[in-house]
Amino acid sequence: MSFLNRLKKRFSSNKSEQELEKSGEDQQEKLDDGLLSLEEFEEWEQEQIGYKFKQGLEKSRERFQTEINALMAQYRTVDEDFFEALEEILIGADVGFNTVMELTDELRREAQLKNITETTELRETIIEKMVEIYNRNDALDDEMNMQDDGLTVILVVGVNGVGKTTSIGKLAHRYVSEGKSVMLAAGDTFRAGAINQLQIWGDRVGAEVIRQGEGSDPAAVIFDAVNAAKKRGVDVLLCDTAGRLQNKGNLMNELSKINKVISRVIPDAPHETLLTLDATTGQNALSQAKSFKEVTNVSGIILSKLDGTAKGGIVLAIKNELGIPVKFVGLGEKMDDLQEFHAENYVYGLFADMVDAAEEEAETD
Amino acid sequence: MAFEGLGERLQATMDRIKGKGKVTEADIKVMMREVRLALLEADVNFKVVKSFVNDVKERALGQDVMTSLTPGQQVIKIVRDELTALMGGENSRINLSNKPPTVIMMVGLQGAGKTTTSGKLALHLRKKHNKKPLLVAGDIYRPAAIDQLQTVGKQIDIPVFDMGDKVSPQEIVTNALQHARDEHLDTVIIDTAGRLHIDETLMNELKEVKGIAKPDEIMLVVDAMTGQDAVNVAESFNDLLDITGVTLTKLDGDTRGGAALSIRSVTEKPIKFAGMSEKVDGLEPFHPDRMAQRILGMGDVLSIIEKAQENVVLEDQKALQKKIKDQSFTLEDFLSQMDQVKTLGPLDELIKMMPGANKIKGLDKMKMSGKEIDHVQAIIRSMTMEERENPEKLNASRKKRIAAGSGRSLQEINRLLKQFTEMKKMMKQMTGGKGKKKNPFGGMGLPF
Repeated sequence: MSFLNRLKKRFSSNKSEQELEKSGEDQQEKLDDGLLSLEEFEEWEQEQIGYKFKQGLEKSRERFQTEINALMAQYRTVDEDFFEALEEILIGADVGFNTVMELTDELRREAQLKNITETTELRETIIEKMVEIYNRNDALDDEMNMQDDGLTVILVVGVNGVGKTTSIGKLAHRYVSEGKSVMLAAGDTFRAGAINQLQIWGDRVGAEVIRQGEGSDPAAVIFDAVNAAKKRGVDVLLCDTAGRLQNKGNLMNELSKINKVISRVIPDAPHETLLTLDATTGQNALSQAKSFKEVTNVSGIILSKLDGTAKGGIVLAIKNELGIPVKFVGLGEKMDDLQEFHAENYVYGLFADMVDAAEEEAETD
Repeated sequence: MAFEGLGERLQATMDRIKGKGKVTEADIKVMMREVRLALLEADVNFKVVKSFVNDVKERALGQDVMTSLTPGQQVIKIVRDELTALMGGENSRINLSNKPPTVIMMVGLQGAGKTTTSGKLALHLRKKHNKKPLLVAGDIYRPAAIDQLQTVGKQIDIPVFDMGDKVSPQEIVTNALQHARDEHLDTVIIDTAGRLHIDETLMNELKEVKGIAKPDEIMLVVDAMTGQDAVNVAESFNDLLDITGVTLTKLDGDTRGGAALSIRSVTEKPIKFAGMSEKVDGLEPFHPDRMAQRILGMGDVLSIIEKAQENVVLEDQKALQKKIKDQSFTLEDFLSQMDQVKTLGPLDELIKMMPGANKIKGLDKMKMSGKEIDHVQAIIRSMTMEERENPEKLNASRKKRIAAGSGRSLQEINRLLKQFTEMKKMMKQMTGGKGKKKNPFGGMGLPF
């Protein structure tokens, strides 16, 4: 149980949900008043994040667990039918096709090696393997590359309708509340209303928006914005871009032009290029990640719309097959619903009740 | 495309069977596993895949697959037929009311493309059905959504009704309907806010809007790239609103679009339109048969074969192959080949349909429009028979005459001659007897 225990220890909380929801302001006050040490506050924060993940992933978690439990109940012995059914559950969670095949192959081997015949004995191994696959590219850093002094330029890219502009709004909110000065560049000059959408976000969070008219050259807008941000000593510049399908060559070339323009002003910028992926997208997410990686130096992923029933199992595949870390996830429609992503939280979110159940089982044994 | 098509998947199994002469039930089982994996990889929902594969298996066992000489193709054919049948056979049209105004309600998740599709649909109805549409801005939640619809409306010159974002969608729709009647606009397209299908409050709002609008068409707009969740989305919207049609957007991407099959099989509602580009006229009627092939990732293999068989007369074929072999292929033969190719359809489309064509580098950049073929043909037709047989006779003054006759430039003529020489060289290599370089389009007799 050591592995599950570790997960559990990181996130478990004896507090009721109401307590967790309420205590936010109190804790901040206590910290400000010196009643709480920074360590205690951070511990509380950790709980809070675990809780948010539990909340945001409620639906997928419930379904996933019910399915796994049903699977265990239906197939008592480990055989080919069991693995095929497991494959279907994982694919049902949008875990990438190749990753699922890899995972089940490994489980087959493991079962054979350890002579496991009862399916319940594989329960923990399934979870462990999933985390293992996610952690395999260990060198990958899911921290943001923020410049301590000077300007950090963040370029946000993706296909149409994944939530780039909204994510930028939420990111801006995050950095503004951290006390940073933020500027937005309205680089989506193509979609009708996109510039105004960004402007509304800018007004909401208190960030200046650099914009030109619809149909203007996005590279020019972003060039202006980088210069303006540099001149005004802004901390963070978030650049919006138009949605583009990854198989449209000319639009993808436009992105490399934007990249060039940015690094002409600041040689090591953009410091982060975040690809926004819609969590409801299936296998195509991999194709998107691959193509965008070819034209820009994608350094991280924003996985949007992970709340609701969106399953987002594809994050496992993306990291596993393409080596790009997920840095943020969108868990709701509110401004502060963009969370930093850590693999263990995510996996915990998916397996929370199973971890609990497994532990109870262990106790009664 | 990063995916393996069904054809390639089955190939490995085929190769194994080839030597055996007889296909067993176990072989069929292996093939069915490949079918299953191909569909799963195309994002078809796993439950849908399961029942589908069972159906196909039954048919495959019951038919002559096992005694057939080409079991692989037989299986592909069954899969394709079943898939097309499941997708609804033919294209179905939009519901239009006899009593104006026709009301169309656009619903779906965030980012599916409702606003863009609303605009495209309005333009389509005006162009193809002579309607006078009104666009209604019912998305009061997303920042600047109204703005977006206004801009789209302006682009295509179609009126947009909005009441700002402080009024409830219910009230907006009530007023919009009145406005349409007053202004004698016969079609009302209501753009609604994107919402998660599990968001009860917002879903109920849709139900209320439906009660007020009494739409003739409730169009669920779905992103073609949607994964396994497509079934849940479609099911929820359908259960609550009893949708009447589906539009699949972003099909100009490289997604397989298995979502189409999932949606169709859980809702049994027709997919009516496909969004094919970012331009305002990028809305096309949906063709189930084409979608079936796309999901299978097999290109349009069967219809190419059928087309080629229909169009290429076998005798010609044999004569041509002989000519290629003994190097007597002339510009005249080239001309008649081009005529045959033209009857097959646009060439670049044709090449794209070839299985494995996506693997040939640079092919996507190759342009061979019907126009270019016309130009080449014009040049050859301006030559005398003697010149066509012996192109090396073409000196500067002959070329000048041909240029004047065909209306093409000297450079173009030179380019054609150079290409022709290259082509003959290539043919020599292919038929050189070493058999190492296979004609990629083997047996089709297309010298490209």
